[in-house]
Amino acid sequence: MDYSKIEKNAKIRKTIFQAITYILLTFWAVIVLFPFYWMILTSIKSYSAYNSEFIPKFFTLEPTLQNYADAFTAVSLGKYLANTAIFTIATTAIMLVVITLAAFAFARLDFKGRNLLFVLFLSLMMIPNELVIITNYVTITNLDMRNTFQGLILPSVTSVFYIYLLKENFEQVPDSMYYAAKVDGTSDLKYLLKVLIPLSKPTLITITILKVIECWNSYVWPRLITDDENYYLVSNGIQEIRENGFGRENIPAMMAAVVVISLPLIILFLVFRKQVMEGVSRGGTKG
Amino acid sequence: MEVVLQNLTKKFPSRDRKKKEDVIAVNDFTFEIPDGKLIGLLGPSGCGKSTTLNLISGLLKPTSGKIFFGKEDVTDLPPENRGIGLVFQNYALYPHLTVKQNILFPLQNLKGKDKLSKAQMNEKAYEAAKLVQIEELMERKPGELSGGQQQRVAIARALVKMPRVLLLDEPLSNLDARLRLQTREEIRRIQRETKITTIFVTHDQEEAMSISDMIVVMKDGVVQQIGKPQEVYDSPANLFVAKFLGTPPINIFVGQVKDNKLYIGEDAVLDVKGVANQEVYVGIRPEGFVLQEAGAFHCELNVVEVMGRDISVVSTNKASLNPTVRAIIGTENKVDMKNPTVRFGLVPRKVFLFHKETEERIDFED
Repeated sequence: MDYSKIEKNAKIRKTIFQAITYILLTFWAVIVLFPFYWMILTSIKSYSAYNSEFIPKFFTLEPTLQNYADAFTAVSLGKYLANTAIFTIATTAIMLVVITLAAFAFARLDFKGRNLLFVLFLSLMMIPNELVIITNYVTITNLDMRNTFQGLILPSVTSVFYIYLLKENFEQVPDSMYYAAKVDGTSDLKYLLKVLIPLSKPTLITITILKVIECWNSYVWPRLITDDENYYLVSNGIQEIRENGFGRENIPAMMAAVVVISLPLIILFLVFRKQVMEGVSRGGTKG
Repeated sequence: MEVVLQNLTKKFPSRDRKKKEDVIAVNDFTFEIPDGKLIGLLGPSGCGKSTTLNLISGLLKPTSGKIFFGKEDVTDLPPENRGIGLVFQNYALYPHLTVKQNILFPLQNLKGKDKLSKAQMNEKAYEAAKLVQIEELMERKPGELSGGQQQRVAIARALVKMPRVLLLDEPLSNLDARLRLQTREEIRRIQRETKITTIFVTHDQEEAMSISDMIVVMKDGVVQQIGKPQEVYDSPANLFVAKFLGTPPINIFVGQVKDNKLYIGEDAVLDVKGVANQEVYVGIRPEGFVLQEAGAFHCELNVVEVMGRDISVVSTNKASLNPTVRAIIGTENKVDMKNPTVRFGLVPRKVFLFHKETEERIDFED
C-alpha cells in the first residue's frame, strides 16, 4: 500500500470519527437544551392556547408576552427578585471578606494552634449540610431571626472550602514578597489588599461566581427560615407561585416567572463560563 | 552609615523534639562595618550568613546582642523604621504591578512628615530607575523582563527610599554566568555612586572576593575571618578559610615538621623556621607550585589540562587529602607526559601550615 492511500484512509477514519462525535454531542445538546426550549416556548403561549392543547405542540404561531406581565403584576415576582438580589449580594460580599481574612490568617499569621484550628476547620467539611441545617435552624430561631435578612444571610457567610482554596492560593505567593513589603513598611492589611488579593484575583472571581450561583439557587434554607412572603427568595417564591400564585393553575405564567429568574444565572454563566468551569474542576464537587 | 554588630547571637529552637538544644545560627558576632563600604558575607549554605542579614534588616530578632546604625541602637526597631533596602534572592517583585509601580511601592507607605507628593514620588522613582539604567522599562511588568533586568528593578526598589544600609541576599545566584559578571560590576558601580553601606550575602567566594571592600567568612554561625579579600586569601586564619577561598581550591596534605623542615611524605619540601616539631596540615595554593626538574616535591602525574591562559597539572600524592593535586603553571612550561613522576618546587608564601587539632594557621619563616 502506498503512502497516499494510507493517508487517505486515515483521513476517512478521522472524518467518520468526527462525524460520530458531533452526532453524539448534538444529541446530548438537544437533550440538555430541550427543557430550556420547552420553558421558553410555554412561557410565550397564551393561557387559553396552552390549555386547549390536548397534545402539547412543539412550537407556537401566536407568541405573547402577556404571561411575563402577569408574572410581575399578579404575583410579587419583582419583590422575590429584589430579595434574592439583596440576599445574594450581601451573602457573597460578607463571605468574601470573611474568607479572605481567614485565609490570610491561616496562610500568613503565626499564632499558637494555627494548624490544629485549620484541621478542625477542614474536618467541618465532613459534616453533611443537612445536619448543620437543623442546628442552624435552632440557633437562628433562638436568636429570633426568622423572617429577617440576617437570618437568611448569616449561616452562609463563611465557607471552609473557600477558605481552604484561598489559603492555598495565598501560600503560593513567595514569603520574600511579604518580607519585602514588611521592609517597606507595608501593614498586613495593605499587603493583603495591594499584593495578595490582586495576585489571587482569578480564584476570587471563581469563588464569587460559584457563591452567587449557590445563593441564587438556595432553596432549603430560605424555605425553612422564612414563612413571611416579604422575605421569600425566587426559589421558594416560585414554589409559592405554583401553589397559590395566580389563583389557578397558570403554567404559562409560571414558566414566564421561571424564565425571568433563570436569566441572570444563564447570563452570568455565559459571561464567566471559563472561570466557572475552572472553579468546578479545581474545586471537585462544589458549585 | 556605619553598622555595628555587638555580640550578635541568634538561636532557633530545635526542630527535633527529642533534642532540646537550640540551633545556634549566629554565634557572638561582633563587627564594625565602616561607612560606605561594600561588605561580602561569605560561607557555605547553613553558615548563618542569611540569618545575619535578616538580623540586620530586622526581619529576625536577635536572641542577644545589639545592632547599631551609626550611634543609633536599632536592635528593637521594626524593619520599616530602620531605613534599609533589601534585595531578595528571587527579587520578590510584585508581578501584577509595573516596574514603575514596583519602585513606587515603598514610597507610598511613607507617613506623616515623610509623605511625598505624587510628583516627588515619580521623580524619585525615575532617579532610582536611572541609577540602575532601566528608565525605558518603567511601564513593563516584571514577567516581561529578563533576570538581569528584574534584578535591577529590585535594586531600584530597594534604593528608592535612599536607605541608610543596603542589604543584598544572594543577589547574583539566579543569573547565568555572563550576566553574573556584568551585574556584579553593576552592583559595585551603584554602590560607589550612592556611597550607601552595602552588605551582601553569597556562597560564591569569587563573587565576594571580586567586588567587596571587605569579606566576612562564616562557618556554623561563627565568624572565621574578616578582612580585605586579598589579605584573607593570602593569609587565611585557619584551614576552613583556606579551603573555602580560591578556585581551583587549595591542595591539602598531611605533613610533618621536623628540625625546621617541612616533610610531605618522604620529601623535605620547604624550610620552615620557628615551628616546633609536629604533625601539620599543609595547604598549597595551585599557583604555589613551580615545575622544576630537581624540585623537592614529587607527585604521580595524571593528566595535563590546557586551559589556554595557563596549564593545570593534575597529579596524585599519597599524603594529599584531596583525591588529586592540582597545580597551575604558566603556558611556557612543558610537562613531560612520558615521565610518570612530576617534580615541583614550592613558593613559600603560597604554602600554609595548619595545626593538626585546632586547624589554626601556624606562622613560619622561610
